[in-house]
Amino acid sequence: MSPSRAAWGCQGLSVRYGAKLALEDVTFEAPAGTVAAVVGGDGAGKTSLLRALAGTVRPAAGTVRRPPARRLGYVSAGPGVWTDLTVDENLGFAGRAYGLSADELDRRVGWLLDRTGLAEARDRLAGRLSGGMRQKLALAMAVAHEPDLLILDEPTTGVDPVSRAELWRLLASSAADGAAVVVATTYLDEAERAATVLLLDRGRALLAGTPDEVLAATPGLVVEGPARPEGLASWRRGARWRAWSPDGSAPPGTSPVTIDLEDAAIVAQLREDPGRAA
Amino acid sequence: MWAMAMKEFRQMRRDRRTLAMMILLPVLLLVVFGYAASFDVDRVETVVVGPRAEQVAAALPDRLDVVRVAPGEGRQAAVEALRDADATVAVVTGDGGQPQVLVDGADLFSARAVVTELRGRPGLPTPEVLFNPGLETSAIMVPGLMGVVLVFVGTIATALGVVRERQSGTLEQLAVMPFRARDVLAGKLLPYLGVAVVDLAVIVAVGVLLFDVPFNGSPLVFALGAVEFLFVTVGIGVLISTVSETQGQAIQLAIMTMLPQILLSGLIFPLQAMAPGVRWIGYLLPLTWFVQLARGVMVRGAPFEALLLPLGMLAVLGAVVFGLSIARFRRDLAPAGRHRDPEPAEAEQAEAAPSRAGAR
Repeated sequence: MSPSRAAWGCQGLSVRYGAKLALEDVTFEAPAGTVAAVVGGDGAGKTSLLRALAGTVRPAAGTVRRPPARRLGYVSAGPGVWTDLTVDENLGFAGRAYGLSADELDRRVGWLLDRTGLAEARDRLAGRLSGGMRQKLALAMAVAHEPDLLILDEPTTGVDPVSRAELWRLLASSAADGAAVVVATTYLDEAERAATVLLLDRGRALLAGTPDEVLAATPGLVVEGPARPEGLASWRRGARWRAWSPDGSAPPGTSPVTIDLEDAAIVAQLREDPGRAA
Repeated sequence: MWAMAMKEFRQMRRDRRTLAMMILLPVLLLVVFGYAASFDVDRVETVVVGPRAEQVAAALPDRLDVVRVAPGEGRQAAVEALRDADATVAVVTGDGGQPQVLVDGADLFSARAVVTELRGRPGLPTPEVLFNPGLETSAIMVPGLMGVVLVFVGTIATALGVVRERQSGTLEQLAVMPFRARDVLAGKLLPYLGVAVVDLAVIVAVGVLLFDVPFNGSPLVFALGAVEFLFVTVGIGVLISTVSETQGQAIQLAIMTMLPQILLSGLIFPLQAMAPGVRWIGYLLPLTWFVQLARGVMVRGAPFEALLLPLGMLAVLGAVVFGLSIARFRRDLAPAGRHRDPEPAEAEQAEAAPSRAGAR
């Protein structure tokens, strides 16, 4: 791991695919030793941001600061593993690609197999692993060389809750070892575990900061009731309705609730586009 | 039923490559079979040597198109002219009596036409067929078919192998790894080239041992031509992979590059029998030159100097196609241009730059 506690990220980044502006003037920082979550719905620009950070997409404007390729780990939104290679072969390929010596590779592969619980499946083809195991393998391949910046594009999408928890444990462990971890996710409950959160919507940054800062910056009041409140932008939460009261008043039949990141994200989107009630 | 048909129509309209193939392929086949599918050779290039060359040349049948008259040369020069593919027929005249007519058996359809014509006319000499005396089809087809196999392995297998990376999403993974684009491409292609070389050796062995195909020339010249040809076919495969999102699309495009090569290369229909416009398309196809090279080396035993044209054409085609494919592959793999130096000393800073269209 690099001794410097560098902050990787981007400044005023825009990404364009032909005529389509996928990302507009986004500034983002991923300090070493922390997990930064990039959240947003489909088409928000998460993948474009991560690709620009990883260097597979050229910025239309702005600057990107990232470590050299040998110090970068990346898990794409795809399978991220070679399905017709075994677990061992995938890890071996990743280690050799990043220039690990045979001894280092042996040591790291053994350690990673142990940490990810894949030791018993080491001879199994990656294509025959469950979704969760495959994602753990992809993550193990991305951290085999102990990168300074680890970028993961929705690693927990479609993964069962137990595997999701294990994946987050591994991410936290990489950050504890000094890596700057950037993870895109659509699950806002996951994002609450991150040190910083960036909410993207249609290519623009709506919210940024620590989860507490994001929650504190949410204006007005979020209320909850058994029925849909009249005259307020509202959304379902389980069997009940929540609504955002910009002036901080609670309509009859509702009561204020302690908001979480999901509420903060919805309020931020409603402020941008008041017609987007759920 | 209508709902199903409408769904299919909509899908077909959006799958433009399949639609283009469905429309273009019959047109292509029609053109090919109309202008190229002919075994009838009307004009056979002929050299006439020996003391009475001028006199004999004037009296030859129309089919024999005299391209060179050399009264000062003898049989040796005539054989060399056939071996080097300067002509298909050589007439060797003496001071008196019947001239000798030598025919290049490696140019099968021209040779058959000449032999049939001369044997059918009383008073004309009996032709002597060189290189392929029995006018065996296998002797000229097997060297050409080696080219088809190399096209198959080089183009289709390579295109599928590279597209599989894209389709499965692992190409993006490779793009982030500290590889240079040329390392990824070379590493990706090396196994396919290896298999193609083994394939080639097996086909040569089977052709020679099972079909009695002669191997009269230099294995080294043959190997040089085969390697050049492989570079072209592999380059076409990579080029196809850069414009294909799925393996199905890659196969479609590969077939569209293979068919013209098989039909217009002289492998099946003689180039001399094709209409000039179609023949010139044939001259742009790599298989045309490999077929000439393989038949030249194996059947006629042509030396290196006599094969400079096919070797040169394959080298030019290889440089163009492979160069293009590398450029396109590099653009796909590293749009941010980060793989020029895999180990920059400092963290890289990507300054604002005009975007390139259509990142995948």
